[in-house]
Amino acid sequence: MALKSPPVLFGLLARISRRTFSTSNALASKPVTVRDALNQAIDEEMERDDKVFVLGEEVAQYDGAYKVTRGLWKKYGDRRVIDTPITEIGFAGIAVGAAFAGLKPICEFMTFNFSMQAIDHIINSAAKTFYMSAGGVPVPIVFRGPNGAAAGVAAQHSQCFGAWYSHCPGLKVIMPYSSEDAKGLLKAAIRDPDPVVFLEDEILYGLQFPMSDEALSSDFVLPIGKAKIEREGSHITLVCAGKATDTALQAANELAGKGIECEVINLRTIRPLDFDTIARSIAKTHHLITVEQGWPQSGIGAEICARVMESSAFFELDAPVWRVTGADVPMPYARSLETLALPRPPDVVAAATSVLANKIANEAAI
Amino acid sequence: MSKLIPSAAKLLSGATISKSTTPAVIASKTSYSTKSESTFEIKPYKLHKLEKGPATSATLTAEDALQLYEKLAVLRRIETASGNLYKEKIIRGFCHLYSGQEAVAVGMRAALRDVDSVITAYRCHGWTHLMGVSVLGVLSELTGRRTGCSRGKGGSMHLYGRNFYGGNGIVGAQVPLGAGLAFAHKYRGDGGVAFALYGDGAANQGQLFEAYNMAKLWDLPCVFVCENNGYGMGTSVDRSSASTEYYARGDYIPGIWVDGMDVMATREATRYAIEYCTSGKGPLVMEMETYRYSGHSMSDPGTSYRTRDEVQEVRQTRDPITSFKEKILASDLVTADQLKEIDTRVRKEVDEATKQAKSEAEVGLEELSGDIYYNNLEHVIRGIHPGAPLQHVEVVARN
Repeated sequence: MALKSPPVLFGLLARISRRTFSTSNALASKPVTVRDALNQAIDEEMERDDKVFVLGEEVAQYDGAYKVTRGLWKKYGDRRVIDTPITEIGFAGIAVGAAFAGLKPICEFMTFNFSMQAIDHIINSAAKTFYMSAGGVPVPIVFRGPNGAAAGVAAQHSQCFGAWYSHCPGLKVIMPYSSEDAKGLLKAAIRDPDPVVFLEDEILYGLQFPMSDEALSSDFVLPIGKAKIEREGSHITLVCAGKATDTALQAANELAGKGIECEVINLRTIRPLDFDTIARSIAKTHHLITVEQGWPQSGIGAEICARVMESSAFFELDAPVWRVTGADVPMPYARSLETLALPRPPDVVAAATSVLANKIANEAAI
Repeated sequence: MSKLIPSAAKLLSGATISKSTTPAVIASKTSYSTKSESTFEIKPYKLHKLEKGPATSATLTAEDALQLYEKLAVLRRIETASGNLYKEKIIRGFCHLYSGQEAVAVGMRAALRDVDSVITAYRCHGWTHLMGVSVLGVLSELTGRRTGCSRGKGGSMHLYGRNFYGGNGIVGAQVPLGAGLAFAHKYRGDGGVAFALYGDGAANQGQLFEAYNMAKLWDLPCVFVCENNGYGMGTSVDRSSASTEYYARGDYIPGIWVDGMDVMATREATRYAIEYCTSGKGPLVMEMETYRYSGHSMSDPGTSYRTRDEVQEVRQTRDPITSFKEKILASDLVTADQLKEIDTRVRKEVDEATKQAKSEAEVGLEELSGDIYYNNLEHVIRGIHPGAPLQHVEVVARN
C-alpha cells in the first residue's frame, strides 16, 4: 500500500512533536444541564412562534418523563402542551397531519425505542410528502426524545436510531452532545421547514456543560449539517456524535497522555453529514476512527467509511479506518455484559493504538 | 334542520317553480327544465349514539342537480379514461378506480366549505378533481407528466390540492393524519372541519382507533368517513370485520350510516356533520355504504371474491349516477337534453385532457433531485454512484 505520509512510526513521532491542544471551547460562563438547555430551546421557540406546540406522553402535567418539558404546561397551558395517550402511531400521525396544515409540532417520544411503533408516519408521512407533492405540502415537524442505550434497561429500550433515520432522504437527523448543541440545534430544528429527527440521550440529560452568554441568549441557533471540532489534534481523527462524543473525548484525553493527539469531530448532525470537515481532518491526521453507540452493520461509521472509500480522502489514509461501535448483539441486562456491549474510552484507545500502529493485517480479519 | 338546507325554507314559503325560464314543451329539443326546485326522500340513516340525524329529505335546485350530475359524470369519465390509460400501459404501477363510489365524494364536496380539509386513501383521483385540481392535473399525474398536480412525481396515489392532503398509499395512515388536520383547525380556531376517508379494509387498522380516541378526548372537529364498498382488496367485510357496523365502531364517537350511492344523502349527511363538529361536540363517524365496480386495483379483475352478477346487479339497480339521473328527470328538475349536453361536454373535456396527458412531456431529469427538502442543506445529492452526483433543485417557489 502506498502511503501518503512518512512511515507510520516516523510520522507518529513527527506529529507528537507538533502536539496541539484544544482551543475550541468558548469562555465558560454558566454550567447548564442538557435537559435545561433543551427546555430553554423549546420554551424560547414556543414564545417566539404560536404555531409551535408540544405533544407526547406525559409532556404536560407530569412535566415530561425525563423532565425536558418541565414547566411548559404551566406556562403555555393545555392548548400548546398536550399529553397524549400511549399510542405512538396515532399521535405521531396527528402531529404530522398538523404539520401538513402548517403548524410546527414538536412530537416527543418518551424514548425513540417507541418511535418504531410510529415509524411509518416518520418515513412515509413526514419524510416523503414534500417530494411526493412536488413541493406542495411542506412538513415542518420535530420528532424528539432520548435515543440509544440508557443504563440497565435491556434490549428493547437500548437502541440507537441514528442509522435508521439517517438512511432516509427527506429527513434531517440531529444528534446533539453538549448543552450548547442541544439548545442551538433544537431551536434550529424547530425553525426548520423540513421534518427533523432529534436524537437526545438519557444519560446526557443530567450532565452539565458550560454555556456562554451567547449560547444562553434567545437568539442562539446552531446550523444544521455542520460538525464541530471538539478537540484539535494531528495524529488521528475520531468522528462521533451524541453520547459517543463523551467516550471519544475521554479516550482522546487518555491518548494525549501517551503523546497521541486526537482530533475529535462531533458531528452534531447525522444527516446531512458534514463530510467536508471529516475529509479535511483526515488530510491532516491520515488516520480515522468512527465512534458510535449503534450497531456496526449499515451504521453511521459504515456510512463514513463508505464516503471515505468513494472520495479522495481515501488517498490521505495511512491505515484502514476502524469503526468503534456497539457490539453486534441485542443489549443484555446484566451489568457486566451491558458494559461489554457499548464502546468505552479504553476501546477507543485500543482501536486508535491499533490503527496508528497499522496493525490491521494482524488484528482485523473482520 | 332547515338551517342546514336554506333552500328548504324557500320551498316551504311558496317561492317555488317560479324560475323565469321557458316552460318545457314537447319538442325535439327541450333545453330547460320545468321546475326550479324539488325535494327528495332519503333512505333512512342509521344512527349510533345520536338522537337526531341528518335531514331525511333533500331539496335540490335545478342548478344543484345539474352541478351534481356533472361532477358525478366527470368522476366516472376520469376513471374510465384512467382504466384505458392503464390498459394502454401509459399509467404505471398501481391504479385504483373510484367508479361506483362517486356519490360519496360528490355529495360530500357539495357540502364542504372553503375552510374544510380532506384527506383520503389511494382511491383519490375523483377527490383531487373535486378539490380543485383540473382533469388534466389529475390525468397527467397518473401518466407521470409535468402537467400532473404532483408534476408526475407522486403518481396515482399521491395527488394533492388546496386543503386536500392526499392521496395516501399506506392503508389507514391517512386517518391520524386527518385527525391532525382537525387538530390544526381547532388550534387555529378557524372553524374548519377535517374529513378523513378510509375504506372498510382500513377500518380494522389499529391506528384508526388511536385516532378515534384522541379525537374524542380532545373534541377535534374531525369526521371519520368509512367508505364501505364491501371489499378490502379481495376480502369481503364479513370476512375481515368482527362488526360490519362501521358507523358504530367509534364506540364513544357518535356515528351515522349513510346510503353512499345517493349523492343527496351524502350531501345532507355531510352538512349535518359540519354542523355537528363546528358546534364543538367533537368528532363523528360516518359510514357511507357504497360499491366499487372495478377490482381493488387494475391488477385485480375483481371476480374471484364476488360474482359478475353481483356487480351487474349493483350497476343496474343502485348505480349512483343512473339513479340520480332518474330522480332528477322524473321530478322534472332537469331535462334529458340538459344531461346529454353535460355528458357531451364532460366527454369532450376528459377526452381532451386524456390526449394531453398522453402527449405532455415528463419533467426535466434535474427534478429527480427536486424538492426533497424545503430548505436543502446537502451539498450534493448522491446519485447511483459517486460519479453521478445530483444537485438539489428548488422547483416550487419558497416563501
